[in-house]
Amino acid sequence: MRITVNGETAEIRSATLAAAIEELGYGEARVATAVNETFVPSALREGHELSPGDRLEILAPRQGG
Amino acid sequence: MTAFYGTEIASPLMLGTAQYPSPRVLSEAFRRSGAGVATVSIRREASGGAGSGFWNVVRELGLPVLPNTAGCHSVREAVTTAHMARELFGTPWIKLEVIGHADTLQPDPFGLVEAARILVEEDFCVFPYTTEDGIVAGRLLEAGCEVLMPWGAPIGTGLGLNNPYGLRTLRAQFPDVPMVIDAGLGLPSQAARAMEMGFDAVLLNTAVAKAGDPAAMAEGFARALEAGRLARAADPMEPRDMAAPSTPVLGLAVLE
Repeated sequence: MRITVNGETAEIRSATLAAAIEELGYGEARVATAVNETFVPSALREGHELSPGDRLEILAPRQGG
Repeated sequence: MTAFYGTEIASPLMLGTAQYPSPRVLSEAFRRSGAGVATVSIRREASGGAGSGFWNVVRELGLPVLPNTAGCHSVREAVTTAHMARELFGTPWIKLEVIGHADTLQPDPFGLVEAARILVEEDFCVFPYTTEDGIVAGRLLEAGCEVLMPWGAPIGTGLGLNNPYGLRTLRAQFPDVPMVIDAGLGLPSQAARAMEMGFDAVLLNTAVAKAGDPAAMAEGFARALEAGRLARAADPMEPRDMAAPSTPVLGLAVLE
C-alpha cells in the first residue's frame, strides 16, 4: 500500500506499524512514531494496522535548545 | 540549589545541544561549563538511525535531559511531540514551546496554557517557555506548572534581558516558584544579572554554540552564573543617586 513516511511517499507491503518500521529500515533504531498526527507508543505498534494514505511520522533524538 | 520538580541540578546552567561545530566541541562545552541540564529535541529520522549517534553523545554527558517541543505552533503538535519525546528520552520533563509568531518566535500564551493543562493532567513535568507576563504566569501555575521559563529576549537574538522591569515584577509576584530565564541571552554578564535578580537558572544555546570558542564561552557563563548567585545570596546594597564617601570623613586632616 502507499503511505506517506516523514513527508515522502512510500510503498510498503507491511500491514502493521511494527512491520512497517522494520520494512522501512529502522530496525532497532531509537524512534517514536505517530500515525495521522496521533502518537502511537512503541508497545502498540504491533497491533496498529496501517491503511492506504496513512501519514506516518518517525522521529528520533536530535540536537535542541 | 533550586529543585525543579523535585530534582536538584548541579548547576543553574541548562545548556542546549544544537548548532555546535562538532560533537567533540559540544562535549567540551558541557564539560567546561559543568551544565546541570542538557536540552534536546526530536526530529524526523532517516532510515539507518542518525539519531542514535547523537543520543550516545548526550548519554555520555551523564546529565538530566530536557526535551523541547521547539517549532510547534499548535497545541496538538506540542502535545503529540511531548508524548513522543517522553517515550524517546524516558523522562516526564518537557520544555513546552507553543510558538505564536514565526519571526519573533514569541510564545502563544493561549495555546501554551491549554497545552500545559493537558500535559500536566498526563503526568508531565512542564517547563513552559513563556513571556514575562504575570497573568499568563498565573494561568500556567493554575494549570499545574511548577516551573516558569520566561524569555529574556526572542530565541537566538542574544539581546539579553529585554524587559528588566517585567522580569523583576514577575519574580516578585511569584517569589517561591522556580524560574528559568529561557532564551535571548548572548553574554555571561546577562546571565549574572538574571541570577542577581533572583532567577534560579538560565537556559541558553546559541550564545555558547555560536561563539568562536564555545567551550570558553560555556565556562564564562558558568562563572557568571556563580557570581550572580553569590551576589544575590549576599544581599546586595541598595543603589542610590547621590554619592556617599566610602572612606571615613571623620579624622580628615585640615591641610589648607
